[in-house]
Amino acid sequence: MSTVYHDTQIENAKVALDAVGVTYGSKTAVSGVSLRIPDRSVTAFIGPSGCGKSTVLRTINRMNDTIDIARVSGSVKIDGEEINSKSVDPVVLRARVGMVFQKPNPFPKSIYDNIAYGPRIHGLASGKSELDAIVETSLKKAGLWNEVADRLDQPGTSLSGGQQQRLVIARAIAVSPEVILMDEPCSALDPIATAKIEELIDELRENYCIIIVTHSMAQAARVSQMTAFFHLGDLVEYGPTEAIFTNPRDQRTQDYITGRFG
Amino acid sequence: MSSDERQAMNTNFQTHTVKSFGEELDRLSDDVARMGGLVETLVSDCLQAVMRRDGDLADSVIERDRQVDQMERDIEKRVIRLFALRQPMATDLRMTIAAYRISHELERIGDLAKNIARRCRVLNESEPHEMTRSVDRMGRLVVSQLHEVLNAFSAGSLDDAHSAMKTDDEIDEIYNSLFRELLTYMMEDARTISPSTQMLFVAKNLERIGDHNTNIAEMVHYVLTGEDWRRDRSMSDPDRES
Repeated sequence: MSTVYHDTQIENAKVALDAVGVTYGSKTAVSGVSLRIPDRSVTAFIGPSGCGKSTVLRTINRMNDTIDIARVSGSVKIDGEEINSKSVDPVVLRARVGMVFQKPNPFPKSIYDNIAYGPRIHGLASGKSELDAIVETSLKKAGLWNEVADRLDQPGTSLSGGQQQRLVIARAIAVSPEVILMDEPCSALDPIATAKIEELIDELRENYCIIIVTHSMAQAARVSQMTAFFHLGDLVEYGPTEAIFTNPRDQRTQDYITGRFG
Repeated sequence: MSSDERQAMNTNFQTHTVKSFGEELDRLSDDVARMGGLVETLVSDCLQAVMRRDGDLADSVIERDRQVDQMERDIEKRVIRLFALRQPMATDLRMTIAAYRISHELERIGDLAKNIARRCRVLNESEPHEMTRSVDRMGRLVVSQLHEVLNAFSAGSLDDAHSAMKTDDEIDEIYNSLFRELLTYMMEDARTISPSTQMLFVAKNLERIGDHNTNIAEMVHYVLTGEDWRRDRSMSDPDRES
């Protein structure tokens, strides 16, 4: 099925998907997904459950590699470089492409170690003071520093849900990623914690390419500049968020965002 | 996508998953249609009142305009409620915005009809004016234009909306020629200055109603296509050369 693309020039594409398909065994989860995602902006993937939006998100840091029966076809490029080629180390790739999940998943370690873990294994800090600096700037960027500065040695799991989510965002930032994938990052949070994450996303947009899967259409409308609508494994429509929410071209997009899905 | 497909897409809705939301939207467009019906009657009645020199009908127009004002307030409340509680999107968003703006345009048209009705009493104090029939012709065109835009709104017809926009040029032309003719009357016979001025006000009010009708047609265009349609008004401003 062909995708409706709005007439928008994306000059600074960070991530480019071309005819991406994913199958789990004999079941096709998504097929023929092509889109160019701009850098330093937020792109939202929306669609009903099972439409393939998370599956597509997971092709961007090769998370589908971890599922034995999953097969990915087509091309996924970051800065023009094919990430599915054998020469790309998925571990290094996942440092470049960070990921935040639905439920906050801090390591059962101190707040400090949660952040320091990535930089340590990737050898990003040459000494304790440098590591301290990375921990501090990451927590600051994630808007958590003021709340945890005096208790960095406490377990990450002792924080509230919203704080834990900002902690794992700080952890993703600590390894200096270029792309941050977020899979329903606010669905387990209350409205205030959600607002804080949304504010954080808006700030992070200045430096990163952010792709967010969300079930909340209002959230997609609030935080993103581009929106992709998926349905039954197809990318139905892709364009500027404002256009998608005021004047969608495809009937299915229309029905979904107005709450008329049969 | 062709305009026909667009139209089909916008009028051929699935029902809302949340039924009460769909019902509220339906109710909103029904209210706008009902308000439109009332305003259409007012415009046609105020014209009748002037033509037939019927002071009682004029009074009834002035009285019924209050109902129009009340309807606008009701629609406004309904729109605020929809935004606060439902956060309408896409066509629903456009429909809600259009209902709000169209009700405002209709309220203005109601005021202009009331204004014309007020002229009626004054006109009745002097001899029947020779220009009455030209004003009548202009009035009929304005009423049919209003009828057309309201129909465009209810039926979701882009063609009707566009045709109504075109009518506006015709109305402006008639107004311009009326203006010149009335000036001639006044210059020829100073005794006609008072009724001619009243007639001129009537014609001016009709011309303004035509503008509001056009604004409604533009909103209908927006609801159906999602595209803005603002004409370059300076090109068709009837007072430009006068």
